[in-house]
Amino acid sequence: MNRSTGLARLPHALRAPAASRSNAVPAGAWWLWALGLATAASRTTNPLLLGLLVGVAGYVVAARRTDAPWARSYGAFVKLGLFVVGVRLVFSVLLGSSVPGTRLLFTLPEVPLPDWAQGVRVGGQVTAEQLVFALYDGAKLATLLICVGAANSLANPARLLKSLPGALYEAGVAVVVAMTFAPNMVADVLRLRTARRLRGRPTGGVAAVLQIGLPVLEGALERSVALAASMDARGYGRTAQVPPAVRHTTNALTLGGLLGVCAGTYGLLAAQGAVYGLPLLGAGLVAALAGLKLGGRRSVRTRYRPDRWGARAWLVAGSGVLVAAALIVAGSADPEALHPGVVPLSTPVLPLWPAAAVLAGLLPAAVAPVPPSASPVDPEEQP
Amino acid sequence: MIRFEQVAVRYADADRPSLSGVDLTVPEGELVLLVGPSGVGKSTLLGAVSGLVPHFTGGVLTGRVTVDGRDTRTHKPRELADLVGTVGQDPLAHFVTDTVEDELAYGMESLGLAPDVMRRRVEETLDLLGLAELRDRPIATLSGGQQQRVAIGSVLTPHPKVLVLDEPTSALDPAAAEEVLAVLQRLVHDLGTTVLMAEHRLERVVQYADQVLLLPSPGAAPVLGPPADVMALSPVRPPVVDLGRLAGWDPLPLSIRDARRRAAPLRARLAPLTGPDPDAGAGPGPGQSPGPGQSPGPVDGLAAPDHPSASGTPVPVEPVTASRGGFLTRLRGRRRTTTGVPGAPGDAPLPQDGVVARADGLGLRRGRVEALRRVTLSVAPGETVALMGRNGAGKSTLLSAFVGMLEPTSGSVLVGGLRPSRTAPREMVRLVGLVPQEPRDLLYADTVAAECAAADSDAGAPPGSCRALVSELLPGVPDATHPRDLSEGQRLALALALVLTARPPLLLLDEPTRGLDYAAKARLVGVLRRLAGEGHAIVLATHDVELAAESAHRVVILADGEVVADGPTARVVVSSPAFAPQTAKILAPQEWLTVTQVRTALETAPPMEPPA
Repeated sequence: MNRSTGLARLPHALRAPAASRSNAVPAGAWWLWALGLATAASRTTNPLLLGLLVGVAGYVVAARRTDAPWARSYGAFVKLGLFVVGVRLVFSVLLGSSVPGTRLLFTLPEVPLPDWAQGVRVGGQVTAEQLVFALYDGAKLATLLICVGAANSLANPARLLKSLPGALYEAGVAVVVAMTFAPNMVADVLRLRTARRLRGRPTGGVAAVLQIGLPVLEGALERSVALAASMDARGYGRTAQVPPAVRHTTNALTLGGLLGVCAGTYGLLAAQGAVYGLPLLGAGLVAALAGLKLGGRRSVRTRYRPDRWGARAWLVAGSGVLVAAALIVAGSADPEALHPGVVPLSTPVLPLWPAAAVLAGLLPAAVAPVPPSASPVDPEEQP
Repeated sequence: MIRFEQVAVRYADADRPSLSGVDLTVPEGELVLLVGPSGVGKSTLLGAVSGLVPHFTGGVLTGRVTVDGRDTRTHKPRELADLVGTVGQDPLAHFVTDTVEDELAYGMESLGLAPDVMRRRVEETLDLLGLAELRDRPIATLSGGQQQRVAIGSVLTPHPKVLVLDEPTSALDPAAAEEVLAVLQRLVHDLGTTVLMAEHRLERVVQYADQVLLLPSPGAAPVLGPPADVMALSPVRPPVVDLGRLAGWDPLPLSIRDARRRAAPLRARLAPLTGPDPDAGAGPGPGQSPGPGQSPGPVDGLAAPDHPSASGTPVPVEPVTASRGGFLTRLRGRRRTTTGVPGAPGDAPLPQDGVVARADGLGLRRGRVEALRRVTLSVAPGETVALMGRNGAGKSTLLSAFVGMLEPTSGSVLVGGLRPSRTAPREMVRLVGLVPQEPRDLLYADTVAAECAAADSDAGAPPGSCRALVSELLPGVPDATHPRDLSEGQRLALALALVLTARPPLLLLDEPTRGLDYAAKARLVGVLRRLAGEGHAIVLATHDVELAAESAHRVVILADGEVVADGPTARVVVSSPAFAPQTAKILAPQEWLTVTQVRTALETAPPMEPPA
């Protein structure tokens, strides 16, 4: 009896709950998921796989994004991606390409260039191979951008910065403030442009930009001063007393650690230092991290409701990592399928198991909590 | 709780101190209202409590300010953060994080409170301020009143003993202001918080104050005392106090309730006088045949006189004009009934025939939001229309549509017979002028003189005409000053002059009384009446019911982008609890709108038997 009701309840328990702050997937998990997809995209030029990745990212965004202002950035990233593809194609047509092609599409008039500009070509023959190559290349870059856009619209950027260690907190606040200032400045520009109309002046042109620029900067400056006053009055920058010994140790660790990192990196990159490079880099990193940790003691801050990594967060992040890992493995096992031939041109085929692995990226659309205002994706959403 | 000992503040480049001789004590658990004309140092005094003056603003502070025993000289603002909560004039400049809940927690995080304490206090504060439903909302998407409540909540969570607020209700509609004030009232009564608050809109707040701190003039020593006593000598006072002074009531009433209790004799005295009948001054205009008692059409039903004084005045009738459609005729008829409130817009000559601007079934979408829906409105020359309604009701959008900054999605807007959004800006300025909410947006140059010269060339007016207008509107604005250094009132006058240089027949003002003290407001009312008298059509979008009562012939109330009321000021505002001016509330059911009206009526009244 008991067992059967338990079993009956299982699917119910597995269904994604409505999102609230307590069960929100941490911003870090979304970023891991998106970076996983992006890594996967960077491993292939197969347009079918890239399309699949974009589709996966888009579906998850559609299913799980909120109405918050940052959630609207996805569209902008998609447009940016298309723009990148366009630019890549135009450059390929105008400047030619190193891809040797045989299928001539058309010939542009070539601009004669002097000898010193050898290797640079403007105009000339345009082949199908070169266009396809540019298209694949652009599509890869566009997919990367779209994955970043997906993370941006699914995770609140401010919350990501909140998970920085205490010693870096102040830097994090600076970034958050800067991020809220950009939209404010855009709003200022729009407002002042419309105000120009009220004075009977045209709203475009260089003169307009110059005249608007100064008041916009003034406004931004005034706002930052007001914000600084408000932050000061609310206790920003209060520090705890730490013993001088701790302070000095912190300084020594941080400084020494950073030096170690620099020296280690140099050793790794230089021809003859590979022996001491790696250990030095490691020791430097450890020292710097210890310095950061110790430096956190000066800050009296506590954290309000930090993000919790629950099972759903691990699933979200894990699905992204899985996609990345699968395509990395596929890349070394079957490079042909992931990089369809351009010379000679061949029809790209969809490699089955990498494609199936990419579909694992859809997992967040099922497990992440459903934001209350998101448009219902499946019809059984009704309670 | 707060002690000022012989405090004076002088800023570096000022020729005289901003504050001097401040010596007072604010006891614990009191709501103290700081009043005074613009530029007497109210913000400086508030800043001195939170330590922002002089630690943040610079300047020299002599004397001693202590808050709960902590000297602000030795404690920086951040070290007072657990004791003093400060909310400045602009709540948007106050927010550090981007969602409501994080914002409430921010101050506590800085102070290093334990997570469980923070969680409990955030929940308590969400309930206290009625923000529970907004907890996950991004702050940018909140309305003005909600933002102000979040700002107050964000400084409340560390449980400060003192709350310092600079004009917390100035930007809010009457209902949102009530919301904020109710919260403050609750803090003082239930939690024993000491509140020090500066506010220009005294009519909203004075009844809540335990004590009033008056800064009578720049550099003069402040006066602290019970509200009724201080109001008796204050140069700035709300209409209820003005009326009390006029009627000789003692002690002065501070709330509508107090005043109504004493108002019976005054009402009796006023009843037989030529009242503020909305029809009183409306003489027959062209195309109208005067005839008492005829009231065809719904419009006259609206204006039907219901008090005795109206019987002798001509009642406007539907104009018999063949050239206009029924709809327009109705509008015109309605307009006729609006003119002539004695002592106020009635001084203006009658609107001439014709319509300066007209919106017909106007719909306007911004993104997915339908900001305006089927708005029909026309404005005649010489007419002043007040657009009212809560924040976000579409007032500013409607004004933007009239100047052509936004294109209608449906319906039409015509100004001077042209479609504003399709007309070049250069031509538009001759037809319509808008003074935006922030008059500073209109100013680019670095001196007043340069600004005026630019306005002359923009408008194609002879040189010097803008400067003449400035001097006419507000004498004593110096030529060489940077527009940013002007006071709010001076800046408004300058922006108004810039817009008027092109002599537009239609003048739009968006929230013109924000930040103005009573003197500046009275000057503005005078200017608006004169302009209306010269034949300008004026549309004001405002939350200020007193301004509407003083200057508007007609009030249009918008809600959710629709016109929900349109009629003569007296008819619309008297019946509305939110939009009625204080005088109307006190003297209801008689339809007096302003103290000036009452004063004029009493002065011109024949000597009469002593009041009952």
